[in-house]
Amino acid sequence: MSLAASGLTLFEKIWAEHLVNQRSDRAGLIAIDRVFLHERTGGLALLGLEQARRKVRDPARVFCTIDHIVDTFPGRGDQTRMPGGCEFITSTRDAAKRAGLRLFDIGDPDQGIVHVVSPEQGIALPGLTLVCPDSHTGTVGGLGALGWGIGSSEAEHALATGTLVVDKPKTLRVSFEGSLAPGVTAKDMILALIGAHTASGGVGYVLEFAGRAVRELDIEARLTLCNMAVEFGAFSGLIAPDDKTFDYLHGRPFAPEGVAWDRAVAHWRGLVSDSNATFDREISIDASRISPRITWGTSPQHVAGIDERVPDPAAESDPRRRQAMEQALKYMDLSPGDSLSGLPIDGAFIGSCTNARLSDLRAAAKLLRGRRVAQGVRAICVPGSSRVKAAAEAEGLHQVFIEAGFQWRESGCSMCFFAGGESFGAGERVVTSTNRNFENRQGPGTRSHLASPATVAASAVAGCITDPRRLDPGTQP
Amino acid sequence: MNEPFRNHRGIAAPLYRINVDTDAIIPSREMKRVSREGLGEGLFANWRYTDPATRQPNPDFVLNQEPWQQATILLAGANFGCGSSREHAVWALKDFGFRAIIAPSFGSIFQGNCICNGIVPVILDDDTVATLARSEQENPGRPITVDLENLFVIDSEGNQHPFNLGEDARKMLLEGLDPIALTLTQDDLIGEFLNQDRQKRPWVYLENCSTSSAE
Ligand code: SF4
Repeated sequence: MSLAASGLTLFEKIWAEHLVNQRSDRAGLIAIDRVFLHERTGGLALLGLEQARRKVRDPARVFCTIDHIVDTFPGRGDQTRMPGGCEFITSTRDAAKRAGLRLFDIGDPDQGIVHVVSPEQGIALPGLTLVCPDSHTGTVGGLGALGWGIGSSEAEHALATGTLVVDKPKTLRVSFEGSLAPGVTAKDMILALIGAHTASGGVGYVLEFAGRAVRELDIEARLTLCNMAVEFGAFSGLIAPDDKTFDYLHGRPFAPEGVAWDRAVAHWRGLVSDSNATFDREISIDASRISPRITWGTSPQHVAGIDERVPDPAAESDPRRRQAMEQALKYMDLSPGDSLSGLPIDGAFIGSCTNARLSDLRAAAKLLRGRRVAQGVRAICVPGSSRVKAAAEAEGLHQVFIEAGFQWRESGCSMCFFAGGESFGAGERVVTSTNRNFENRQGPGTRSHLASPATVAASAVAGCITDPRRLDPGTQP
Repeated sequence: MNEPFRNHRGIAAPLYRINVDTDAIIPSREMKRVSREGLGEGLFANWRYTDPATRQPNPDFVLNQEPWQQATILLAGANFGCGSSREHAVWALKDFGFRAIIAPSFGSIFQGNCICNGIVPVILDDDTVATLARSEQENPGRPITVDLENLFVIDSEGNQHPFNLGEDARKMLLEGLDPIALTLTQDDLIGEFLNQDRQKRPWVYLENCSTSSAE
């Protein structure tokens, strides 16, 4: 071996461990360790399999949850506000039962949004491959698991064969150097990255988030960071597992126990990029200079610091980006030079697989305690899982939300996306802890501003877009 | 099973916007049934209809204009099909009649979904797509060809623009193969892999626990 031999990146190690067969130059047949389904598309995949007279190869490693279109009102059942929604729920449930899958059904204390449930249950573990017919599956990269979203046909493939044919992505290391300032979160980090390098900046790459600010994040924040790798266009995002990861996973229902646990941890400790590994591309960002971010347009790349102004499309040299900016401003009813801070809002939403874990609810509750949501603002909190909800209630957070004037809901995707049921309404301006501000994403004509849960809470109280640090004496900029 | 795709000559509709996401291609509320069929009507519903509820066509939208109502090729902007993984976006495009999409880049899940459904995702550089879109605007309806056997697009002037596609994907599209059947021919390899992996990473393999706690 020559001295110059380069080491492997974390991704390359996971890839090599799962490569069943090289299919062509770039494509490999990759073993899939976990499949997670949900009622929006899971039923379709299971039915497709049945129609083709095929079986789920290893049902013990396939999971299913009811999260996407199920109502989040207290006392909910199979009926939903989404037209035809009931059929999605019942057909998925029936198909999952026929296939013998572990189903996180309505009423199950472990039910929740797929990407919240999989880490919480220890279904996702370091070094595992996990797929789901949902684009935010890369969330589990926060544990060092390689997750990615697939379509229904690929889901059938993974279910029937335990494998998928994958084009090997290139590697991109994103290093967040330095430490975050107080009051700045993982959500602000990922929005800063997308703002600087566009929503297609990561196309063709698998990301590894590295650097001091990433190591300093707790696990839930790491999940948030990886959740939005797909909004950067990336195949997925990864963070090398460390002691925080192992502490987080220890004792989770599907995590190994006893001797198996020790063996697993010994193996997981090797899941880091070698010091002499080379990446196809590197990006470095000074984390200490990131301030709370908020989007102003209809792509996550349309983002600015909360004390900045709406940019002028005329200053954009690329004609296509300029046109997209103009269209976004029209949709959002904003003009160049408008101040973001102080913009009146109609709605505030805390929920989704991005930012509805216990730490997110705590961060919001911290600012809501003893305060009231402004008049005319419809504020809703939807915990990411039933477990998160129970844990929040055990420490009284629900009281804080309710007393502040928030609705306190059952877990699910809820108004993260519009499926024909509930929405904030046309023309309503919403500050939201979700991940997509696309046109009509949260409902026809609804205007979504993405931000951290703290920014949503601060804005709900003020009735307008507000820097959360202004409400928290410990974090004054 | 998809129809094999060798080469295809057709009218190309210019929809040259960047970051067109799958919610725009098929809004979530258009996915009304647990089915892959009949989704063409919901294609681009928010743009194609002045009011999606009444299905009143929006005359300004390209797919409502002649000759692009007959388009079978779409000329799209960068990062086409980003966003949600819904395969319904591809089913809707297919149901409308599209056989190929030409763009500078695609959302990666969308690209995979195209291949599973016999639609060819063609990547050409941004300037070339822009030129194709412009010439389509200036001289509407002159067909172009996507030649998958030789891997190039032939524009209405007869110029050839080469493109790349993974060998595996190309084979699947050319022969209309069912990817699952193709993989199952390697079942022995998979079994062998699993046996070895089980020794190395036993914690990956779970006992069957079909005990849904809701029961
Ligand atoms: S919360 Fe939103 S982004 Fe996450 S899985 Fe549900 S719909 Fe998708």
